[in-house]
Amino acid sequence: MLANINKRDLGIYLGVLIFAFIAPNIFSDYKIQLTFWLILIILAMTWNIQGGEMGYNTFGNIMFFGVGMYLCSGIQIGLFFDLAHWTVSGGEKTFVHTPDQYFPGLWIGLIAAGVVPAIIAFLIGYGVLGLRGHYFAICTLGIGIASGEVAGGIELIGAGQGMTAPPWPKGIGDTEYRNLFFYYVVLGLFIFTFVFVKWLYSTRFRLVLNAIRDNEDKAEAMGIETMRYKITGWVISAFFCGLAGGLVGNIVGYIEPVEVAFDGREMGVFMVLMTILGGKGTMWGPIIGASLFHIFKESFWSFFLGWQYIALGVLIILIVIYLPEGIMGYLREKKPEWFGEVIDEDDRKAQVTLD
Amino acid sequence: MDFLIFQEPILIVQALMDGVLLGILFALIAYGMALQWGVMNIINIAQGELVIMGGYVAYFMYMNGIHPAFGVIVSPIVMYFVGIGIYKLVINKVVDKDLFTSILATFGISILMMQGMNFAFGADVVVAQSDFGTTMLFNNMVTLPNSKLFASAISIIAAIILVMYMKRSKLGRAIRATAQNARAAKILGVDTEKVYASTFGINAALCGVAGALIAITFTLHPYVGLPYTVRSFMIVIVAGLGNLPGVAMSGMGLGVFEEFADYLLGTEFRIASVFLLLVLILVYRRFKLAKKREYLK
Repeated sequence: MLANINKRDLGIYLGVLIFAFIAPNIFSDYKIQLTFWLILIILAMTWNIQGGEMGYNTFGNIMFFGVGMYLCSGIQIGLFFDLAHWTVSGGEKTFVHTPDQYFPGLWIGLIAAGVVPAIIAFLIGYGVLGLRGHYFAICTLGIGIASGEVAGGIELIGAGQGMTAPPWPKGIGDTEYRNLFFYYVVLGLFIFTFVFVKWLYSTRFRLVLNAIRDNEDKAEAMGIETMRYKITGWVISAFFCGLAGGLVGNIVGYIEPVEVAFDGREMGVFMVLMTILGGKGTMWGPIIGASLFHIFKESFWSFFLGWQYIALGVLIILIVIYLPEGIMGYLREKKPEWFGEVIDEDDRKAQVTLD
Repeated sequence: MDFLIFQEPILIVQALMDGVLLGILFALIAYGMALQWGVMNIINIAQGELVIMGGYVAYFMYMNGIHPAFGVIVSPIVMYFVGIGIYKLVINKVVDKDLFTSILATFGISILMMQGMNFAFGADVVVAQSDFGTTMLFNNMVTLPNSKLFASAISIIAAIILVMYMKRSKLGRAIRATAQNARAAKILGVDTEKVYASTFGINAALCGVAGALIAITFTLHPYVGLPYTVRSFMIVIVAGLGNLPGVAMSGMGLGVFEEFADYLLGTEFRIASVFLLLVLILVYRRFKLAKKREYLK
């Protein structure tokens, strides 16, 4: 894959990478915002594998996000303390992790937060991915909401009250240091996701997914085992969603079933919206969409608190009506030559519109 | 868990009656959804929000000293115009796009309406007291609020009026023609744009009736719309489009299922059981069709 990148691109990537490493030190007041920006990009990019490239629009990836969140924190706590006791007592009053407990717990928790959602996606994939189009969308919407409701009924993880994620251990730096630490962890995940997705899109796998999106019956008739590819795509999506969820749980510090973990009204619809805003089925669309959306979200969530859902609803409607192909799709229509499509000037002049 | 329902068999009767009465209401909402799905090919995620908004109209009357039962008349009128407004602003731009576009657009409307109602009426759980009293059956073992009986009666009347209207009136004929073949209807002089607008309006009005009835029988909250959408979607896919007895039967079946799930699993899993049932039904249908090498269309 590296062979495909020319020198100019490599320079840009290196520049961005160096900037990303020093950014939290320059904008030290905005560490959390930068972290969430990266999280949103990760979610949009991995939703795009499923919704954009494969054409299976899911509202259910929020389940993997929430499961990862609960699993990561649950394992971090459960390895060293009694989980039921923790959730009853509200956490930090009685137990504090030492650094030696905190970090191994975090890594183990994160691995589980990635692997278990992937396994869940694998297990339910065969049943759910047999549905198509809007039935799939509604079915996954049901899965996403049901998982939140179920989590809200389980006493062990704090039921509807939620639970605290393990607090940052004492003695190794303050909150600023904690935020910096999580920024770098998320940055690591982002780099991993980006490289992985970039590699994935250079393989035959992407072509198969696109074939499924364009015409599944024909893809099947060509001898492609569509179900296998669909499940693989969903497993990849779930893996990254779960990891992001596990990290968000630790960053936010408090896990609540409906408002934080399985929040179909926020994260669940954000990932769909960001991808569509940027442009479905493109490499850079989700990144552009997530960045723009993050600016929109941060300004509305901090300056117009209370009106944020009104703005979100209006934004969804506007994007769906006026920008259904997203920014990348719009540019592709207006400036095809930017996308490597050769345009014959005479041909373009000779075109007559038939409206 | 001690299953109270098996120790006290009379509770089975109670659950059955509650479920059937509840299911009739669900069937009314589902009928609206089937209507617009069949005619406009739109899946309306904001269906539940329209219901809740209709309920708040009745609640608003109740707050101003008018008996909420009159909401059954006022609410559909208000909601009809709300429906027309939503159609003119948003739906007419997504009506010929694919279904996911309409799902997402109506999801946006749903979020918008949720927050709007939250601003207007606050995030508290409210109920409009109807003071209809209760009926006791079987030696006071089964309680039946009269408001629920009233709600079912009104739902049945509303459904009958609508069916008659669709069969007899000129607009009803135009709607049915558009549902069968929009292009042919247009060629034959039907103003399909108007038909779509009034279909959406009628659907909203039906939701208004259902909402007013929910306001007096159950509780209202700005954020509980989505379960109503999912219930009506479920009823429609089980019964099929344009199958009225099927809609009524599966509505009542769903109501009974919910009441039993409530008793067996506990109230905290009630909504979860509804959503999981939807997933199970869809997956079951998918496996059944896969045997014939088909899929849900």
